[in-house]
Amino acid sequence: MAEPMGFYTDTTVCIGCKACEVACKEWNQLPSTNGGVNTLSGDSYDNTRQLDGIHWRHVKFIEQFTEDRKDGRWLLMSDVCKHCVQAACLEVCPTGAIVRTEFDTVVIQSDTCNGCRDCISACPFGVIEINPVSGTAQKCTLCYDRLQGGLEPACSKACPTQSIQFGTISDLKGRAQKRVEQLHQAGEKRAYLYGADDKMLGGLNSFYLLVDKPEVYGLPPDPKMPTRNLTSGTAFSFLGALLVGLIGIFNFRNRGAADREEARQ
Amino acid sequence: MNGIPSSTYFSAPPEWGWLIVLYFFFGGLAGGCYFLAALIDLIGRPEDRPLARLGYYIAFPCVILSGLLLTLDLTRPLRFWHMLIESNTFRPMFKYWSPMSVGAWALLIFGIFALISFLGALTEDNRLNWPAARKFRPPGTLSKIIGGIGGLFGFYVAGYTGVLLAVTNRPIWSDTPLLGMLFIVSAASISAALMILLARRSRWTMPGLLALHRMDGWVIALELIVLIAVMISLGPVFRAWVNAWGLLLFFGVIVVGMLIPLALHWRRQWLGDRNLTTAAALVLVGGFILRLVIVFSAQGV
Repeated sequence: MAEPMGFYTDTTVCIGCKACEVACKEWNQLPSTNGGVNTLSGDSYDNTRQLDGIHWRHVKFIEQFTEDRKDGRWLLMSDVCKHCVQAACLEVCPTGAIVRTEFDTVVIQSDTCNGCRDCISACPFGVIEINPVSGTAQKCTLCYDRLQGGLEPACSKACPTQSIQFGTISDLKGRAQKRVEQLHQAGEKRAYLYGADDKMLGGLNSFYLLVDKPEVYGLPPDPKMPTRNLTSGTAFSFLGALLVGLIGIFNFRNRGAADREEARQ
Repeated sequence: MNGIPSSTYFSAPPEWGWLIVLYFFFGGLAGGCYFLAALIDLIGRPEDRPLARLGYYIAFPCVILSGLLLTLDLTRPLRFWHMLIESNTFRPMFKYWSPMSVGAWALLIFGIFALISFLGALTEDNRLNWPAARKFRPPGTLSKIIGGIGGLFGFYVAGYTGVLLAVTNRPIWSDTPLLGMLFIVSAASISAALMILLARRSRWTMPGLLALHRMDGWVIALELIVLIAVMISLGPVFRAWVNAWGLLLFFGVIVVGMLIPLALHWRRQWLGDRNLTTAAALVLVGGFILRLVIVFSAQGV
């Protein structure tokens, strides 16, 4: 296996140009929304709205301004699949369409997916959706085809400010840690890394430098694996079956007197 | 967390809609009716066997319908077999930790048992002339083995759907471990109700009917307890039901589907002859609304 590869996204240098979105769409030949007819969301400069089957990169615009807009700041973040080390989508996929590659990334094989949509509800980040063209669940592949050819992913290649950085996970973590220290020294004490250590789903192979709480960026503070409920859910189901079985046995066995009583009524 | 009750609120809805609601309902009926029929065969009296046959007559069409509904719900229906066979290697596809994977196999195996018992019931009723199939019916060891194993698979089919919902990251579904239990108990109650309704409709005077009716009363009471436990276990996520869905759950499921049928069980003389059938019909309505609310409410969050 090659060394684990991924993205480190420094949100503090993102300028919201959406070059990553465009590069992603071009390379992966993703269709436009609504047949190319421009529809505005009314949500700042964000007309992409969300990650889905035809948007594998999504630049979020978060406006934190006072009422009179004299003071405030922009939070900009290019969102993408997190390529979790413990991936919820891969865990539940019943067809084996979702696989882990030699680069430790998570890829959906479109020729195997049958569109059951279990992965959509399993992903704690809301990354996956059905691509209406293929009729299968799709998301960022971390440009698996480009990686195999020795190229870097389209989005990080296009990013003009190095907000999106591509590399080996160990190298990216080093770079990210230095950047956090630099920001702390410069007075931005709120800077921290989201998903860089293995506490979150074994580590996110696409992790972020943020300057506010995760939920402000639309990220879950405490994402979990879906199978956390498997043992308890199964045990309670058995208990339910057992209780119903006992009720059945009780009512079908001891019924001489009860039947006579009901017949009398 | 800025007023967000759970980290599950950042996931996306899978857009499981009416087909899945119908599958949860008919899959519950298939599994539940088979389980009740097997139970009646195993511990009931010989004169109860027409009631058991009724259960098998319901279970088989419902399991076929279930398979169709699930296939139609796929965005690529012709690839339904990818659930069972890995499409690249043609090896069996099975993940014991993925409820949907196990459920696909369980539905297939249960379908075979449902077919066997269906044929057995037809033979016993002299509607099918296939003497060998008479062995699928009691008395006899083979019928006990078929009923025992098939009944367990039936319960699995009725309940795994709730576990499947819990093994996601959607609000409500994955915020309680009790949905599987709720679906199993509800499957037993709607199945008993449908069997009562059909038995009365065809004017059969089946000996086991009153026992089934009494059983349904207890199962409805258990279901009410489990539903309340579900609401408590949701904790702060219960807020997701403080809306029209919650009202529908309260009036459609608890009042119409549980409290009124329980009252009809308790006060037998209220509607006279129609007491049993009214209670059963309301239980079916409540069971349907329960699945509707659980499937749709978690996707609107």
